[in-house]
Amino acid sequence: MSVLVVLEQQNGKWNRMSFEALAAGQKIAQSVGAPLEAAILGAGIAAVTGEAAQYGVAKVYSVDHALLADYTPDGYTAALEQLIRSKQPKYILFPHTYQVRDFAPKLATRFGRPFASDVVDIKTDGVRIEFVRQLFQGKLNADVAVEGEPQFASVQAGAFRAQEAQVSAAPVEPFAVNLDASQIRSKPEQPFREAQRSVDLGAADVIVSVGRGIKEKDNLPVVEALAEALGAELAASRPICDNGWLPMERQVGSSGQTVAPKVYFAVGISGAIQHLVGMKGSKVVVAINKDENAPIFESADYGVVGDLFEVVPALVEEIKKAKA
Amino acid sequence: MKIIVSVKQVPARDSALQADSDGKWLDESDLTYEMNEPDAYALEEALQLKEKLGGEVVVVCLGPQRATQTIREALAKGADRAIHIEVSEGVVLDALATARLLAKAIEQEASEFILTGLQSDDLGYGQTGVVLAELLGYAHATIVMEVEPQGNAVRVKRELEDGWFQNVVLPLPVLLTIQSGIKKLRYATLMGIKKAKTKEIKTIPSAHLGVDAASGLKLEHVYPPQRSKQSQILTGDAKQAAKKLVEKLKFEARVI
Repeated sequence: MSVLVVLEQQNGKWNRMSFEALAAGQKIAQSVGAPLEAAILGAGIAAVTGEAAQYGVAKVYSVDHALLADYTPDGYTAALEQLIRSKQPKYILFPHTYQVRDFAPKLATRFGRPFASDVVDIKTDGVRIEFVRQLFQGKLNADVAVEGEPQFASVQAGAFRAQEAQVSAAPVEPFAVNLDASQIRSKPEQPFREAQRSVDLGAADVIVSVGRGIKEKDNLPVVEALAEALGAELAASRPICDNGWLPMERQVGSSGQTVAPKVYFAVGISGAIQHLVGMKGSKVVVAINKDENAPIFESADYGVVGDLFEVVPALVEEIKKAKA
Repeated sequence: MKIIVSVKQVPARDSALQADSDGKWLDESDLTYEMNEPDAYALEEALQLKEKLGGEVVVVCLGPQRATQTIREALAKGADRAIHIEVSEGVVLDALATARLLAKAIEQEASEFILTGLQSDDLGYGQTGVVLAELLGYAHATIVMEVEPQGNAVRVKRELEDGWFQNVVLPLPVLLTIQSGIKKLRYATLMGIKKAKTKEIKTIPSAHLGVDAASGLKLEHVYPPQRSKQSQILTGDAKQAAKKLVEKLKFEARVI
């Protein structure tokens, strides 16, 4: 009755969210008094499994198979189904990555079990676990109890501080799976990027980021003026880039860039979790939004509730005065 | 080709939302509803696939009686017919329970494609499509940006993290969850709205499907999120607030 955390790697490179999921697993393991174990899938993964063994786990399962070299939902689901049926963990945790979103619901369904996806916190009294999730794009939270076992959950980026490496290493146990090429229906091709990025938002000190509140492309000069006054890079939330109002390379969020400036101005951005994960590392966050209940205010140091078309020009004027 | 598209009705995007008095769900009085935005993109992709391949687009929607409004909207935009799995007002199901009902209602349809949005804007589990594919034995791909039919297969462009993409080839039948924002959504024409009134909506009460649709995920407590940071809200008119903000940034945060 262990807590099993499935870590994610691609070609020997970690998805760092894996270690946050491990920290979440640690919290449950300590609370219910169960061993914390990790599993890694792939082909030729001796180096990463060895490394994972140093992260405070009791055991690492190495699920190494040629058919797991490239991720496929059929391959990963079949392999993890065999591991879980054999080891019978009580809790199975994942980092809430795009890959996990692609296969974990399928895996849980194979056990006839629900899946508490995208968890931002875990509440426990030592017996009962409640997973905290966001509803309505972050406007409300819910404590969610899972009936029955095993319990499947995935952990949102930034919700837990990543587990730290230790000196001692746990044993790595190979787990042999039976996979056949005929089981795998999808044929993935090589991942690619559309174009070289010419803007590195990750290096920017000050970022002015704009969202749906700007309403139309012709209004962009309003925020451009603010970026210019601050000497800031201009960025945007997803809908702005989807509409082609700003290039994709200026998008901040889970599907865009991750930034950590000294100051982040979120202008007309409501603060959906997909955006927040991209800017959580900002030192100071300023939010300007007309909706006082917008989730962005929960992560803001300073907020102005008001019409951005009035507030931003006034702000530009004040900044020019302050800098003069 | 038969293309099924699964749509959901959710509270309108700009709604002010409050937990209900016993903290189990939200207060639904005075809410207006709309089609879940990601599903609107799935519908658009379905209609474009039909334009390319011929065949029919069938809408399936699980929701209370009010969801017929969203179904009519999909029909007005060009879907050919609809299946409405009707649940009582206030019923909140997790993705597994929802997908079990959807699977039962459409298993006889034997469609080549099923499209869904990649998540709902209300519960946001982001799972219904993937679970549905597993229950029906369909291959699937998520977060799909482009769909290129190739006879008995389909090549899709998937979005990965950090600006990466990947093309994947899958055999039919297939379930795809569609990324939002990729294509421009069409409006319903007056003619479309008129025609929609004559299109078939087959209503099935969820209880008639004979499926165990108990939710394994229980919402024990619904509440407004606590602020993770001590945020200072600067008040006054635009000019006053801007002035206060610049002072704070200059002297307190020392960033300008």
